Amino acid sequence: MILTLTIFLPLIFGILVFGVKKERVELQKWIALTGSALTFGLSLFLFTQYSSQASFQFEHLALHNWLGQTFDTAYRVALDGFSMPLFLLTGFLFPLTIIGSWNDINHNNREYLFLMLMLETGVLGVFAATDLFLFYLFWEAMLIPMYFIIGLWGGKSRIYAATKYFIYTLSGSLLMLIGIIYIGYLGAGENAGVFTTDYQKLLELNLPLDQQLWLFWIFGISFFIKVPLFPVHTWLPDAHTEAPTAGSVILAGVLLKMGTYALIRFNLTLFPLASHEFSMLIAILSIIGIIYGALLALVQTDIKRLVAYSSVSHLGFVVLGLFAFTTEALQGAILQMVNHGLSTGLLFMLIGMIYSRRHTRFISEFGGIKKTMPVFTSIFLITTLASVGLPGLNGFVGEFLILSGSFKSLNYGSYAYAILASLGVVLSVVYMLPMIQKVFHGKITNDANRTLKDLNPRELMVSVAFVFFMVWIGVAPGGFLNISEHASEQLLERLSKSHMQSSMATFNPN
Amino acid sequence: MLQDFYYALPIMLASLWSVGLILIEALAEKASLTKIAAQLGFILVLVFCFVVPNESHAVFYGMLKTGLFTNYTAGVFSLTGLLVVSISSEYLNDEDIHYGEFYPIVFLSVVGMMLMASSGNLTILFIGLELMSIALYVLAGLNRKLDRSNEAAIKYFLLGAFASGFFLYGIAFIYGDAGSLSLIKISSFYESHEPSGMFWIGLILVLIGLLFKIAAVPFHQWAPDAYEGAPTASTAFMSTSAKIASFSALIIIILTFASILAKTESFTNVLAIVAVLSMILGNLYALGQDNIKRMLAYSSIAHGGYMLVGIVAANASGLSGVLFYTLIYSITTIGAFGLILSLERKQSFLDINDYRGLFKTHPLPATLIAVFMFSLIGLPPLGGFIGKYLVFSAAIEADLTWLVVVGVLASLLSVFYYLRVVLVMFLEHPNDNVQVTEIASLNTVLLILALLTLVLGFYPSPLINIAQKAIAMF
Repeated sequence: MILTLTIFLPLIFGILVFGVKKERVELQKWIALTGSALTFGLSLFLFTQYSSQASFQFEHLALHNWLGQTFDTAYRVALDGFSMPLFLLTGFLFPLTIIGSWNDINHNNREYLFLMLMLETGVLGVFAATDLFLFYLFWEAMLIPMYFIIGLWGGKSRIYAATKYFIYTLSGSLLMLIGIIYIGYLGAGENAGVFTTDYQKLLELNLPLDQQLWLFWIFGISFFIKVPLFPVHTWLPDAHTEAPTAGSVILAGVLLKMGTYALIRFNLTLFPLASHEFSMLIAILSIIGIIYGALLALVQTDIKRLVAYSSVSHLGFVVLGLFAFTTEALQGAILQMVNHGLSTGLLFMLIGMIYSRRHTRFISEFGGIKKTMPVFTSIFLITTLASVGLPGLNGFVGEFLILSGSFKSLNYGSYAYAILASLGVVLSVVYMLPMIQKVFHGKITNDANRTLKDLNPRELMVSVAFVFFMVWIGVAPGGFLNISEHASEQLLERLSKSHMQSSMATFNPN
Repeated sequence: MLQDFYYALPIMLASLWSVGLILIEALAEKASLTKIAAQLGFILVLVFCFVVPNESHAVFYGMLKTGLFTNYTAGVFSLTGLLVVSISSEYLNDEDIHYGEFYPIVFLSVVGMMLMASSGNLTILFIGLELMSIALYVLAGLNRKLDRSNEAAIKYFLLGAFASGFFLYGIAFIYGDAGSLSLIKISSFYESHEPSGMFWIGLILVLIGLLFKIAAVPFHQWAPDAYEGAPTASTAFMSTSAKIASFSALIIIILTFASILAKTESFTNVLAIVAVLSMILGNLYALGQDNIKRMLAYSSIAHGGYMLVGIVAANASGLSGVLFYTLIYSITTIGAFGLILSLERKQSFLDINDYRGLFKTHPLPATLIAVFMFSLIGLPPLGGFIGKYLVFSAAIEADLTWLVVVGVLASLLSVFYYLRVVLVMFLEHPNDNVQVTEIASLNTVLLILALLTLVLGFYPSPLINIAQKAIAMF
């Protein structure tokens, strides 16, 4: 019940925003902030009740036979070790995003806040849903708010970016719908002959390899687009660059994680044999993504676009970790999802702050602003270092675990993957640090930069909240890794068991 | 005999009321009065649909069949009639075509549809089809001073008469083979006899007649011109209820001949091809349209294709899915047309570019159009999604996954043109040269329709249960 309340609280406050007169912009913002802050409070409360040893918790079942008697679909939500960290991250990011972009929106403020809160409900729902149909509903329900956030409040080519985002995402998810219906009928075998989309019942399914092979892709394409994996990543730079600051933070912070999360939840768990089968291919694609994203980031002149391409690279690491099938890599991947949400989220936020002062994001427009904005500079530097994986900050822990896990991976069976991926770490330094140097160091070359104001208390508060967690995870990751440890071990057990069974079957034709 | 009147109360009342409406129109000579009488009639029929028993009965010597299926479809028809009548009067006033005849004609057409959906005999099916169609021809040509409207009516009439000919010819063939026109007798005849080639020719001809009314590809050529030329109020009516009535007739035929059709796959294959063509070509043509009425005309061809997917699946979930789809489709389509006619002025303001920046100047209509467009795309949590889901899942249940893949790809195509409307309204800047005035009194009705779309998306199970029962109890 509390979980349901947490999921829908933002939406309720979003509707409340419309109760306020159009002119009272400040009050609207405070209502939205209260809503998302309460949501974070509730998700923290859930976290205190959370036990890392059990699997699904806080289960809530409602609206049984929601689509008529012939379909066992219902409102089923619960949290486990995979969804808990991302659920918390979502709760954490939204209030900070609303504070961070307090003065960014200058028209249709009510609609903007409503869409943001609707988006939050959608994201929380995706992470909590344990019914495939419900998952699909939440997944799709996010499409409309994000489309409008990019399209209405975005930059110059917002229309192009928004449309591209919409069509990319929808083409993937429509295929997923076919997969969901199909697996629902397969699930009938575990459910007295009734179509079911209950995730926990579908876990009992042991699908034959040939069915897994095509279901893997029909589900996977949608998730790979969302992650995004090379070669379906091209929507991301446009969407990230054109979205307003809050949109970029949320996109990078949580929306991309929905893809990687769904890969764990569905592809790895429900189609273990196909995951084994395709892991090499996925690993190669993610390594291409790591290096290609990094190389493209290297040549960008727009800071926001640079960070956007770095996301392609970072998410490549996460996917590589997922398909290595070792505890370290899997745990690292989950931690890296959170890390990327924090560091890239803050980077986009900081870029938004400088953009609101200078109305440009071109590297060449800046130079030497360390002198006028010392606090901003230090926070930007910390975030960058976290993003490139400096020991002591969060990014290092995740990347280290993923790389060492991939080295050890029997599944990959070759060091080449990990070695090539490490190249991405080196490249990330190559594209991030020169940017830092050009923007912050040296002499002030542009007169417009002489009068820049440093961070105000509001901006500082947001940044410090992010930095606090980056350092905490960097110094003491154990507590964070604990959340998902049990779930990861169970998943790996499931993967190796199904693999063993299938190889036994090939040895023993009876 | 008296019992029969009770079972068939909605249709009896509707027939009587339509005659009464003609009298009221002739005596009162005031269109607004006729409108209120028509609305009252539709509401009464709608209420009666809930009152009369839901068990199946063959009444009037097997000429009519009543039951939940009839009540459901009659309810949908009178609801669409009510909605169309409610949104039309201001628009018709603006166009100087507010004739009182509009209302009796719509009512007569609804009676025809109800006859089609409750027919127990092929003659009744034909009478219903003709009653509906002739009324629709008149509605298409309502704006008699306008060339486009006349063209629409003539085109619709000529091709429609041709299709009726096919239909009648088909009935003759079936009669020639089975020796009866009663649906029950025909189906019991074929339990002991093999259907001959004559029967199949007859069935295909009947099918062509119905597919024509649905505007399924390749029998769709009349639709875009007729929809564009007809007054928007008539278009809203033509593109929804006429389609639904033909689908009800298709369901009746599928259910009556289920045992014969199960023996052969070619019938399903033919329908599947029609469905594929309608989905793909309808959406492809719609992509290129700048006139929003024409765009919706082509999109309605595509929606006919999606509903045909449920018919092709031919299982209980497919047919009940079609029943659900028809209702949500009417609600969203009438809503979309309602907004178009609320903004339209004398055949202007129909180009998609006129809608530029509508959100900034008129936020409510723009938001409502967006809701209807997203529902037509089939995005959750809107009702259109549930409709599509039901027919597609039925097709997967019937091992027609390939058909669903085509359907899904076709809906992806549809995103481009539906989204274009939303994009133009929300993301582009207003066009200063175009003066936008809306008929504000319509907003309440349209708001209710948008809310219904949402409610059916969030909580569809009661309606799904009714639709499933309607098929199960047929």
